[in-house]
Order: sequence, then C-alpha cells, then structure tokens
Amino acid sequence: MPVWLLLPALAVLVPMFAYPLYQLGLLSLFDYGQPQVSGGEPARFVGAGNFSTLFADPAFWTVLGQTVVFAAGCVVVTLALGAALAVLMTRIGKLARTMLSYAALTAWAAPAMTGSVVWMFLFDSNLGLVNEVLGLDGYNWLYDRTVAFALVGAVVVWHSFPFVMITLYAGIQAVPPSVLEAAALDGAGAATAFRRITVPMLRPLIAIVVIQSIIWDFKVFTQIYVMTRGGGIAGQNMVLNVYAYQKAFASSQYGLGSAIGIVMTLILLVVTLLYLRALRRTGEVL
Amino acid sequence: MRRRVADTVAILVALVTVFPIYWMVLSALKPTGEILSADPRPWTLHPTLDHFRSALGVSGFGRYFLNSLVVALAVVALSALVAFLAAVALTRYRFRTRSTILVLFLIAQMVPVEALSIPLFFQIRDLGRTVPGVGLNTLGSLVLVQLAFSLPFAIWMLRGFVAAVPPEVEEAATMDGASRFTILWRILFPLIAPGLAATSVFSFITAWNDFLFAKTFIISATENQTLPAALLVFFKPDENDWGGIMAASTLMTVPVLVFFVFVRRRLVSGLGGAVKD
Repeated sequence: MPVWLLLPALAVLVPMFAYPLYQLGLLSLFDYGQPQVSGGEPARFVGAGNFSTLFADPAFWTVLGQTVVFAAGCVVVTLALGAALAVLMTRIGKLARTMLSYAALTAWAAPAMTGSVVWMFLFDSNLGLVNEVLGLDGYNWLYDRTVAFALVGAVVVWHSFPFVMITLYAGIQAVPPSVLEAAALDGAGAATAFRRITVPMLRPLIAIVVIQSIIWDFKVFTQIYVMTRGGGIAGQNMVLNVYAYQKAFASSQYGLGSAIGIVMTLILLVVTLLYLRALRRTGEVL
Repeated sequence: MRRRVADTVAILVALVTVFPIYWMVLSALKPTGEILSADPRPWTLHPTLDHFRSALGVSGFGRYFLNSLVVALAVVALSALVAFLAAVALTRYRFRTRSTILVLFLIAQMVPVEALSIPLFFQIRDLGRTVPGVGLNTLGSLVLVQLAFSLPFAIWMLRGFVAAVPPEVEEAATMDGASRFTILWRILFPLIAPGLAATSVFSFITAWNDFLFAKTFIISATENQTLPAALLVFFKPDENDWGGIMAASTLMTVPVLVFFVFVRRRLVSGLGGAVKD
C-alpha cells in the first residue's frame, strides 16, 4: 500500500479534522460554559445530560422540523431547476447557451456573503427595488416566518442551481454520440434515448449532485445568519446550524451547542448511508 | 419555432440570474443620492467611484482583499497537491481500508463546520503557543483550517478524474523505464489538469467565502482580517450605507468571477470527465 501518497492528507486531516471532531463529541458530554472556558471551574461530566435537555426542549423540535422542511425544499427546487436547465441547454442556440452558462457561473461564483447582502438590498423594505416595482413600500420580507424562509431559500437556490446545471450538462455532453446513434438506428426516439441511455449513464454524476445538494442545503449557515440577522425575529428562522452556533457563542453553552452539532452530523450520516445503499443496489461500486 | 421559444426562456433565465450581480455593481457606482431616491432606475448617468474610494481608503479593504487572496491561493495550491497524491492512492491501488477511507471522506463533508469551530478555537490557541505563525490572529491558522475542510471534497472529486485515465498509459510508461515519480508528475498530473481546475474552484471558494473562522480566529489583529468578516463592519442594522456595502461586495465578488471565467472551459470538460463510459 502506497502509504506515502496518503501521508500528506492524513497529516492535515487527523489533527485538523478528526481530533476536533473527537473533541466535539467529548464536549457534548460536558457542562462547558463561560466559567470552564476561563478556567475558573473544571468541566463537569454530565453524560447524556445535554442531549436529554435538548430533546425535552420543544424549541429544538421546532428548529429540527423547519430545518428538514427548509433543506428539503431547497434541494428539490435546486435539483428540478438545475436538471431542467441542463436539458434546456442541449436544445438552444449557441448565443442563448453562452449567455445562460455565463449567468449561471456568475451566480455560482458569488460568495454566500455578498449574495445574501445583495438580495437583502433588492428586498429592502424602503430602498429595495422589488418593493418599488411591486408597489409594496415599507413591506418587510423578513417579518413573516414562511416568507422569510422563502426569500432565504431563493438565495440558496440561486447560489446552488448552477452547480447542478453545469455538472449535468457536461455529463450529457460527455455521453458518446455513437451510443445515441445506435439507439436511433434501433428505432428509439429522442425521449426514449434520453430516459433509457443518457439518464442511466449519468447515474454516478446524479448521485454526486444529489448528495452534495443535501449536504450543502442542510448546513446552510451564512444566508440565514446574515439575512435574518442570526435566526429571524425571536429566532423564528432558526435552522440547526445557526441554533448550535447561537447556543454555543451567544449563550455560552458550549456543551449544548456541541450536542446539537453531533445530532446534525448523525442525521446527515443516516441520509448519506441510505443513499449509498440505494446506489449499491443499482450496481454502482464505490 | 420550438428552438426560438427555448432560446427565449434560456435568455430570460440568464437575465434574471445575473440581475442581482448587475444591481450590485450598478449600485456601487451610483451616487448616494440616486441610491436613496424613491425611484430607483436600472442605470445611472453619473457613475462615481466614491464608494470604492471610501471602501479601499477609510475602511482598509485593500489590505483585507490581499489577506483573502493570500489565504485562498495558499489553500488552492496546497489542496491540489495533497488531494492529487491521495486521489492517486485511493484510485490506483487496492487495499483493505480503501473503501473505509472513502466513506470517511464522504462523512467528513457532512460535519457541520460551525460546530467544529468551538474545539478548533481552543486547538488553534494551543497550537500557536508551540508553532508560531499558525496560532490565533494569523493568516496561517486560516490556511490550515480551510485546507483541512477543502480536502475531503477535493479528494472525493479528483478520484473520478484519476479513474478516467486508462491504466495502460502508466503501464506503457513503466515499460519505457519511467520511475514512479516520473509517472506521477510527468504523466498523471498533466492528464488530470482539468480535474484539478474544477477542484481548485471549490477550494478557492471555500477559502475565499469563509467568514466564520476569520471571525473566530482573528480576534485582535485586525490587520489580518479577511474580506467577509470585514464586510460586516459596513453592515449596520438600521442605517445601512448600501453604496459602500455594494462596493465592498463587488470587490469581493470580482476575483472569484475572474477565476471562474478563467477555468470555465476546463471546469466544464473536467466535470464531464467524471462520467464513466
């Protein structure tokens, strides 16, 4: 086994990733607050105490529920839009294609921070262009929970559909024309060829796109944090990631924040393992 | 006819997609009076660089810009090198722990980075006491952390590109007497360049966009601050200086755009290369 090829990666990942993760697990079992950080008091082992506090708190279940709905909504819209546009890309003229791919690249390249800030400006209650055009002067888009989530969701989709679109389009282009010609000779129509040949050949790529979208959208942080100013009015737009961060840094409950982080990691772990199993069943090997 | 409808839809989507960026650049160039006007127009007849001047001058964005660039480029270079070696090991060699390592890399991408900032803060603090240059308040600490978080995805993605190179190429080179080292750098490395370009985009963005670690690690040394955290300085809950915010946002977006356009061709062909045939 070529150990030396893996050594540089391990030299970075073990101390900077694996060890902090272990520390995160450890912290989630302790009562670790401001007095412990400053060294005033020793950390107190509470076992599963943080987790039972969390599970007994109705606020946690609300946040968990809206995180799942928000992430699922973003994933579905992103994938549907990205896939539809990827197919559209194969049916349009050169000028339209160039314009669409450059526009998508622009949205993709925009940092989450600047994207959030620009959309906030567009939807500003008083100076925003959207309210001006719609004649909704003074309407606050962040006041209602659902509307605020929809707005943040739109920014997330705007940032992430280009990855899906460009990846799938590149994949469709990479299908050898000879295969499609053979199918056409055998009497397959364009739709059949697409469904029976292109889609199955793209399966590994689709898998990457789906897993990545789930992972990214479940962990949205910057957009929520910046646009709803740390979780919305009275925390109504909190998602798990922001919730963990606020518990740790705003209320100095580092142990509790770590416990939320552990819960999130486990949820994503289950999702990915289910997906890997489904992949393996279709004959894909890792 | 059908083609024309499709073209129109595509162009409309393109315009809507690019509009926020256009509005950002436009607002950065508008005089403050026009931004505050109740009748915003999608153009300006009096472009001004005032907002950029104040962002770069008074607010010191030039320095933050440079810091961000140094961190991002260091992460891209190191990540490409380390990920390439690991991807070769995980593609070209079969060993017992291979699948386990691959699954671990996938799992690593799921870890909520925000939660890890707690243990990492204490770790970076302690590390800085023994190794100068990577402790709190240094750009080195950001490079180290961003490198770690960009690696799992980079390795996962590069694997596909290495797998796409037929092993016969290397076998032929071995027959011709090339050493392992030569094969790695002179043959494999150039062949997966498109993949490296695609991967670099992700590493660059991870590093360039990060504001959490910059905020957590750079506490007192404001001269080592990076762009995203510095942008928050402009952001005031009630009286936002939108012109300044848009100028700073433009400064932060342009390098990524340039980088993207630069690698665009390789990016598309690279991602296509991940399809098996």
